[in-house]
Amino acid sequence: MTTASSAGETSNGRVGEPMLTVDDLVVYYGKVAAVKGLSLRVHPGEIVTLIGSNGAGKSTTLRSISGLLKARSGSIDFDGQRISGREGHEIVAMGICQSPEGRRIFPRMTVSENLDLGAYLRKDKEAIESDRARVLDLFPRLADRITQKAGTMSGGEQQMLAVARALMGSPRLLLLDEPSMGLAPVLVDLIFNTIETIRDQGTTVLLVEQNALAALRIADYAYVLESGMLKMEGPAAAMAENDDIVRAYLGV
Amino acid sequence: MSLDTPKLTESEPIRSDLSQSHTKRWALWFSGIALVVWLFYTFVLPLLGEQAGTFIRHWMPLGSINEALVWVICAIGLNIVVGYAGLLDLGFVAFWAIGGYIAAWLMSTFFDQISHGIYFLSAAPPNQHGIHINWWLVLIISGCVCAFAGIVIGAPTLRLKSDYLALVTLGFGEIIPQFFVNGENIFGFNLTNGVKGISPLDNVSPLPFGPPAVSLGGATIPISQPLGPFDVGAKYVLFVLVAAFCIFVSLRLREGRLGRAWLAIREDELAASMMGVPLMQSKLAAYAVGAFMGGLGGVVYAVHNNSVFPDRFSFAISIVLLAMVVLGGMGNVWGVIVGALGLAWFNSTGLPQLGDSFNEQFGTDINFPSYNYLVFGSILVLMMLFRREGIFPEARTRQVLREAERSDAEELDGGEV
Repeated sequence: MTTASSAGETSNGRVGEPMLTVDDLVVYYGKVAAVKGLSLRVHPGEIVTLIGSNGAGKSTTLRSISGLLKARSGSIDFDGQRISGREGHEIVAMGICQSPEGRRIFPRMTVSENLDLGAYLRKDKEAIESDRARVLDLFPRLADRITQKAGTMSGGEQQMLAVARALMGSPRLLLLDEPSMGLAPVLVDLIFNTIETIRDQGTTVLLVEQNALAALRIADYAYVLESGMLKMEGPAAAMAENDDIVRAYLGV
Repeated sequence: MSLDTPKLTESEPIRSDLSQSHTKRWALWFSGIALVVWLFYTFVLPLLGEQAGTFIRHWMPLGSINEALVWVICAIGLNIVVGYAGLLDLGFVAFWAIGGYIAAWLMSTFFDQISHGIYFLSAAPPNQHGIHINWWLVLIISGCVCAFAGIVIGAPTLRLKSDYLALVTLGFGEIIPQFFVNGENIFGFNLTNGVKGISPLDNVSPLPFGPPAVSLGGATIPISQPLGPFDVGAKYVLFVLVAAFCIFVSLRLREGRLGRAWLAIREDELAASMMGVPLMQSKLAAYAVGAFMGGLGGVVYAVHNNSVFPDRFSFAISIVLLAMVVLGGMGNVWGVIVGALGLAWFNSTGLPQLGDSFNEQFGTDINFPSYNYLVFGSILVLMMLFRREGIFPEARTRQVLREAERSDAEELDGGEV
């Protein structure tokens, strides 16, 4: 399907077929274009990060992938299937789960109920239970608070819950929208280390971040967005080492 | 996924068991109280002295309890839409009206074009005009038609954000009763008999077969004989059964998958959709189930009054229903029941009786019942000021409204983990 473009990317050290292919994505909010022809690839087993300043179109891209926003034009394919234009719940069922910007946990439900809702579309009780054990192992803090109302937890705990809840959907591709937002540096480190662990356990991650340096540290591949367009892309490590790039685009 | 999954002990299976035993316990309570009330009115009341009997017949006639049960049925239905799914519906009276008219069409001599009558397990006298169908069946038909109406009105409107949805439902609640007012000449066909309404309806019987009545401890309990206007005790039993069905359905749904979907939508629609909750289907389901119960309420109301008139289905009914749900505690079925019983009784009996006593005492001539909306409005305002979560709030609502959220500043200071 996308052999032409993906073949070109092998030069960047990425091999094989991409899992997620976004081509010429254009998204509008009313009359304002938020994303103006973006193309990106996510390969299995990677952490791919989408970085850029406020309003660059990062979250918009993520929301288009998860079906919350409808693209004006362009296409999004997941595992060779067209997902642009599908309903959100169909996309979740195909294996893409999102931890939204601003956490958006269900504040009046317990941690346990929040996790249950993450597995809303799944029927296999045993697999759900084992995933539950897995996410509580990733975030032991949540295990301590399992019967607590989510709204009464601290911001860091809520962020953990948001990621854990998305993992309960057993995604093959996990979309994370600004997981470090408003968190103290210790917590940011903790969350980012856990994201690496999630990748190492076999879940592909597409990470949107304003905290570009932290994101580049754990990511395999990075796309830099500016005003809804792709400014540059490349292996994350190389990008983090290039002082010019860091100074020019990452606002450091 | 091939992962090492260390088993944790934290996952607690008690969760769902707890709520289910809770449900059963409450079902027993409801049946118990309903039975005690029935026994009291059937066996104890006749034995009481003249004075006590008169007092109870004035202040708490069984007829007013029957009417309150109609409100309970509709309030439980509205609670599914407003309390569970968080969709503001200001036109619930439409379903009530549709249910009432379906009862009138299927259980009366109104359609005199059908000269020999269509009968199905009905207690109505034979060889009459019109359609005469067993009322249990009419309940089901009416529920289904209303559920369908709910889907038809919901499908195009549920995509709207809450304020707009409220406005559309408001319009729907105005249009439907207006249709019944104007429906006496639809291209020459009299469908609704206009403002004159449809009256009388067939007398219903508890069961379509069996002995006409059995006698028990000095009281006659009708089985298959038609219930006249004075058989309020038997009607009470029938209405309680319908209400119990609604309570049961609404409690079971809440514990189930759909109930969780509704809660998630009420809490955060966007997050719910990210979890894979199909928004439209779930909202439509809430609408359909709520409308189904509205339809049941309409039939029960028509049977209770033995008639339907379009001016009975006013906008005020939608608002009073909403007040019942808010007063009792949104989302909590038991709170809603108490709210509905309380307000309905106050409206039909309490306020007029209080007024009479007051007028007698002080020699005044104030028309108290005409101030009912003033009282309802004051109650709502006071509730919003002092107890927003309702008298019997859902546990969830109470907790969040009472416990302050930890601020981000605290979070940064603490720097725990």
